[in-house]
Amino acid sequence: MSFDPKITLFSCHYTSQQSCAEGGHELQQLGFPASISMVRVPCTGKVQVTSLLKAFEDGADGVYVVGCPVDGCHNVKGSVRAARRVGAVQKALAELDVESERIAMYHLPRGLQPQFIAAGVEMDQKIRDLGPSPFHKI
Amino acid sequence: MIVAERKPMAEIIEMVKDCKKVLVLACRGCVTVCSAGGEREAAILASLVRLGLKKEGREVEVIEGSLVRQCDREYIDSIDQWQGQYDAILSTACGVGVNFIANLRQKDMVYPALNTTFFGGSTEQGVWMEQCAGCGDCVLHLTGGLCPVARCAKSLMNGPCGGSVEGRCEINRDVECIWQSIHDRLGAFGRSAQMEVIAPIRDWSTAGHGGPRKTVRKDLTV
Ligand code: SF4
Ligand code: SF4
Repeated sequence: MSFDPKITLFSCHYTSQQSCAEGGHELQQLGFPASISMVRVPCTGKVQVTSLLKAFEDGADGVYVVGCPVDGCHNVKGSVRAARRVGAVQKALAELDVESERIAMYHLPRGLQPQFIAAGVEMDQKIRDLGPSPFHKI
Repeated sequence: MIVAERKPMAEIIEMVKDCKKVLVLACRGCVTVCSAGGEREAAILASLVRLGLKKEGREVEVIEGSLVRQCDREYIDSIDQWQGQYDAILSTACGVGVNFIANLRQKDMVYPALNTTFFGGSTEQGVWMEQCAGCGDCVLHLTGGLCPVARCAKSLMNGPCGGSVEGRCEINRDVECIWQSIHDRLGAFGRSAQMEVIAPIRDWSTAGHGGPRKTVRKDLTV
């Protein structure tokens, strides 16, 4: 089934800082999927479990977080904390019998690196394969 | 403190599936400290209930509230402030809180969001360990302050058993043999001889085996 997914990305300022350059045009040119809307946060350690769940409540079919490398977080442990919270949501989704792959954590080098685009493409494809969120029934 | 953990979501969704309006009621006591049922966890739970019921195709309104404690009458009475806004309370308190709501509010249906697990404390961030089983006849003065009732797998009063190896319990090497620790600790205080004293057979009636327990302090009653 083909559909247009809605994906929410939470990305830390350091990982995504160049991705906003030129009003985001550069991102588009590099093939960053249009299905992804980005929420920039000062540090992914700031992203609470409730923010991740709210994204699903607001209609996201998939959610992912991009933060600094595990051993190179600008705020020391921010991206590790984010990964733990993503893990908590994965577990909760599984308890609700929903595919836990609908949420993911990526630790990527800072700036607009090819991996940033690749992660977006991977997430977009994954959510297309999974289909619409089962939370959209009403 | 009382330590608890959230029940699996499938179990919680089953409880509230026919509700149209749910009050997720946090407790700011022990369960806040053990990160199971404070305001933050209640917000997460409210979101999960909304998502879980949406997935079942059901519409539900979930509101959040919190009480200083759910184990005191005066706070339970203040649930009146949400009157008319819920048809069931999903409590994130320990079992005491849920019982108190059931005891005191005849018209309110209340469900437990948590499994109440033990009396314990945090040994490192994110990890809690049982320390006391509330046996009603404390022996810590004989055991160097370490509890054999809660912390020995067999609740032995004359330990260690033959399964104790290198300070680890025979049920699992990850578990400390508390009797070895009791021995070591008594030794450090020059009180190893205490280990030779045979503890008599215990009367477990104070430990809940004699029905629900009650404490009455005549000096405090009115
Ligand atoms: S002996 Fe009984 S009261 Fe004392 S710590 Fe152990 S379980 Fe608690
Ligand atoms: S090994 Fe130690 S803690 Fe385990 S059951 Fe025996 S005495 Fe108790």
